[in-house]
Amino acid sequence: MLKIENLEVAYGGIQALRGISLEVPDGKIVTLIGANGAGKSTTLRTISGLVKAKSGSVQYDGKELLGLPSNKILEAGIAQIPEGRRVFPNLTVLENLKVGAYLRSDKAEIEKDIKWVYELFPRLEERHWQLAGTLSGGEQQMLAVGRGLMSRPKMMMLDEPSLGLAPLVVQDIFSIIREINRQGVTILLVEQNANMALKTADTAYVLETGVITKSGTGLELLNDESIKEAYLGKTRT
Amino acid sequence: MQWITNNLPYLLAGISVGGQYALIAIGYTMVYGILRLINFAHGDIFMAAGLIMVYASASMPFYLSIPLVLVLTVLLGFAVERVAYKPLRQAPRMSVMISAIGVSYLIQNVALYVTGGLSQQYPNIPWLSDTVVVFGAMTKRVTLITPVLTLILIVLLVLLINRTKIGMGMRAVSKDFETSLLMGIKIDNVISVTFIIGSFLAAVGSLLFFTNYTGVTPTVGAMPGLKAFVAAVFGGIGSVPGAVIGAFIIGICENIIKALGWTTFSDAFTFALLILILIFKPTGLFGEKTTDKV
Repeated sequence: MLKIENLEVAYGGIQALRGISLEVPDGKIVTLIGANGAGKSTTLRTISGLVKAKSGSVQYDGKELLGLPSNKILEAGIAQIPEGRRVFPNLTVLENLKVGAYLRSDKAEIEKDIKWVYELFPRLEERHWQLAGTLSGGEQQMLAVGRGLMSRPKMMMLDEPSLGLAPLVVQDIFSIIREINRQGVTILLVEQNANMALKTADTAYVLETGVITKSGTGLELLNDESIKEAYLGKTRT
Repeated sequence: MQWITNNLPYLLAGISVGGQYALIAIGYTMVYGILRLINFAHGDIFMAAGLIMVYASASMPFYLSIPLVLVLTVLLGFAVERVAYKPLRQAPRMSVMISAIGVSYLIQNVALYVTGGLSQQYPNIPWLSDTVVVFGAMTKRVTLITPVLTLILIVLLVLLINRTKIGMGMRAVSKDFETSLLMGIKIDNVISVTFIIGSFLAAVGSLLFFTNYTGVTPTVGAMPGLKAFVAAVFGGIGSVPGAVIGAFIIGICENIIKALGWTTFSDAFTFALLILILIFKPTGLFGEKTTDKV
């Protein structure tokens, strides 16, 4: 289980997170929704070790993660799929998957996992020789998710996987996320597409300018009046 | 026949000098590809390799001194990165560049202190500096060895970059630092490997280069360093094949100009070429392909 307590992060003088606490239980899908600049990406980047925290704690299975370099956090079993896909455009699809397994040296198992990713995303197998930069946006997102799986994470954090994708493709991505979760990977999902995220999640947190203002099951928040107004586009009647 | 005998030495020298520039240029282009840094100290590392050879060969046989030169030069390149560039990883690029200029002067001045400013006699490496006759033209054996050795090293390097795990790491890091971190790649190791390769090739280049010259002075690295840098820009900085082709073109052109009797202008040609490239094709011959799709 991932447990965040009183996490504070500041960029220069700007407070991005003002002491948030949240929990991601094993095997669940947890989502963090909120507007631009609420601190969603900062939360994920702090967990991954890309951003230094000011205070607080991030524990995974009782082990403190704050202060560890990114590769140790990946070793602990937490992978992040960065916002905007960030596949390596100059590497082939297959190489991108192999980079995902950079920390591993068990060749036979890596081959197995590549097959597993190809089963989840048959499109990637068709295009395994292509440079990742030539893929469409949806395919790049699939590749980013596949690459994240290659480290065999216990928990996967996705930063706005629906960003810039057509609605049908978004549906695909979300059904893949559910499938990955069924196969035993815990999911921490950051989204602006609150509707999709809340429908998918077991637990949801709402983040507003660095503070968690609401939490509950996905269904509860989906039916919450203030959430409907702020994030789901319902107008006051 | 007479014409060939007269001009062949220039062509051979051109190919040979081109190979030497190529070995230095790879160090510039690889470091730029990953750190977006022009490593101004690279020419001085090349000079330092020459000086190490001078002192090493004075006290030990060649089969010991040559490997020693390679090892010490690699250590120097590695140390420069760890001491002068690594602490500045988060700093603006300009700071790193100034640090590089500082390192360049530091190495030059240490060399000045050690040598007392006198030109040091480069040893005659047996076999390499023997004279051979090709189609009636006299030349040193090193002239023939250089292009062959250069090409072998480049093929090995390209295989390393394209076929090995560390090579894949290098290509990943060169595109995206942060995502590479998320993949668990230890960026500092990848950067160190880049400097090690660059310094190793510069050391090999110095062995070949100085065999044709008599002395090593503290500033002798500047000119070949600059020309290798022009070659890297000409080929498209960041691209290894580009740097190699650029280096051979510059080496051959310089020597053709010398053959025509315009020796005075051979350096001017190189830098005029730099200006033209920057005006008409700033990304160079093989400038970075952009396959990014947003």
